[in-house]
Amino acid sequence: MGITQILFWFLSVLALISAILVVVSKNPVHSVLWLILVFFAISGHYILLNAQFLAIVNLIVYAGAIMVLFLFVFMLMNLNADTEPQKNKWLKIAGVIASGSLLLVLVAALKNADMKSRLAEMGGGNIGLIHNLGLALFNDYVIPFEISSVLFLSAMVGVVVIGKKE
Amino acid sequence: MHPILLAMDWGLLLEKAVLITIIISVSLLVAMYETWGERKIAAVIQDRRGPNRAGPGGLFQPLADGLKLFMKEEIIPTSSSRMLFVLGPGLAMLTAMMTSAVVPWSSHFDLFGRHIELQIADVNIGILYIFGVVSMGVYGIMIGGWASNNKFSLLAAIRGASQIISYELAMGISIIALLMLTGSLSLKTIVEQQQHGVYYVLWQPLGFLIFLVCAFAECNRTPFDLSEAENELNFGYHQEYSSMKLGFYLFAEYVNMFISSAVMATLYWGGYDIPFVNDTAFGQAHGQNLLAILQAVSLFGKVIIFVFFFMWVRWTIPRFRYDQLMRLGWNVLIPLSLVNMLVTGFLILLHQNNWHF
Repeated sequence: MGITQILFWFLSVLALISAILVVVSKNPVHSVLWLILVFFAISGHYILLNAQFLAIVNLIVYAGAIMVLFLFVFMLMNLNADTEPQKNKWLKIAGVIASGSLLLVLVAALKNADMKSRLAEMGGGNIGLIHNLGLALFNDYVIPFEISSVLFLSAMVGVVVIGKKE
Repeated sequence: MHPILLAMDWGLLLEKAVLITIIISVSLLVAMYETWGERKIAAVIQDRRGPNRAGPGGLFQPLADGLKLFMKEEIIPTSSSRMLFVLGPGLAMLTAMMTSAVVPWSSHFDLFGRHIELQIADVNIGILYIFGVVSMGVYGIMIGGWASNNKFSLLAAIRGASQIISYELAMGISIIALLMLTGSLSLKTIVEQQQHGVYYVLWQPLGFLIFLVCAFAECNRTPFDLSEAENELNFGYHQEYSSMKLGFYLFAEYVNMFISSAVMATLYWGGYDIPFVNDTAFGQAHGQNLLAILQAVSLFGKVIIFVFFFMWVRWTIPRFRYDQLMRLGWNVLIPLSLVNMLVTGFLILLHQNNWHF
């Protein structure tokens, strides 16, 4: 095993364990903190794929901004285990069945997928470097890029309009 | 030996380990003497003497303070979540330290037949790395404040975090204007460009001002130290902390101040470039090693000027009210930095077009 492989297995195990802990944790604040660890592990994978820009933007946007807002909400809502109402038993069973079928569909879809030819190159590809990514975004994909930025802008304006009290 | 162990460049590993040790020790030492400097400057501004008992001119005062903090009883509130309570100050210190990895402290040494770069990692996303680490810095404050299980701590933590997030935006936009000029995100390249041309503060005066104000806010320094406004929130997010855990929070602020001064010097004031000296010619005449030492001294001089400025402002300007702080961030700094970005982009395009419309 080379160093990249050791790192790959370490990051994968870290990501899976923390992802499980996100779901299992009783306290929502702990869940968010585990989710941040998941983002770190995923960023580590991006770096292994030589996509440094994606890695750091993933950290800045998801771990640095969105998760902070999650934490704000959870900390101010004061969600404790004892104030949480017991959920209906049937609701729980329905949830288990629904997520189980989702898992089944995902596994079935991935089972026949052409994995061998689509394996990511470890440290080989350089599309994730900021220079190449910028060229690709502003040459090949300039219209989708601009349209999505307008979409974000309209979402922002919408939030301001809703948030403004008359 | 195992092939993996043979494949690694042990010299490089050793070199980087030594460099990291030196940089972290220097950051901590500087942070220690920043506390002394802060008291002395406060004393001068308020017409007092300041610390003068421990050692000549009070120079051993930071050691005495550190010893006091270590000796204090360590209290962990019973109703706090213990794990996170300990994690908070650790995170604050860790993120303060991590930023120093991409700052170029000097050019390079030629020692033992090796070419030793005085930068821990020259990654091609240098500035974004700094942003990433800074945005992680929020968690030290938030986790500490929440885990204390105290309403005042929580309020202070949320104040601090929302302030940091708000000012990060203006900081990011002011940096975009700079990046349009440099065309590179690597701090080393940015310094080298300034060595061959003029300092970027001349092209980006407004951008530098915005960055400076945001750096004050990011470090939670006066006039932006809302999160520890003791007349409203007792002692802020670290109210429940004692002993060295409190020391870590206080110390992280000083390390942050040191590193953000270094970043400002690097981005806008030429970094390790020695002002009014042609560095390359000097290096050829007197040897690369001497040049590297003088360049590091030059960077430290710039950093000390910035740190002095941080302290000068702290003892001169009173604290903002919370609504004033938010209005300054969202209604003044962000529009200003947007205008700065647009004007910069316009001028760059005009320049590329040989000043024709």
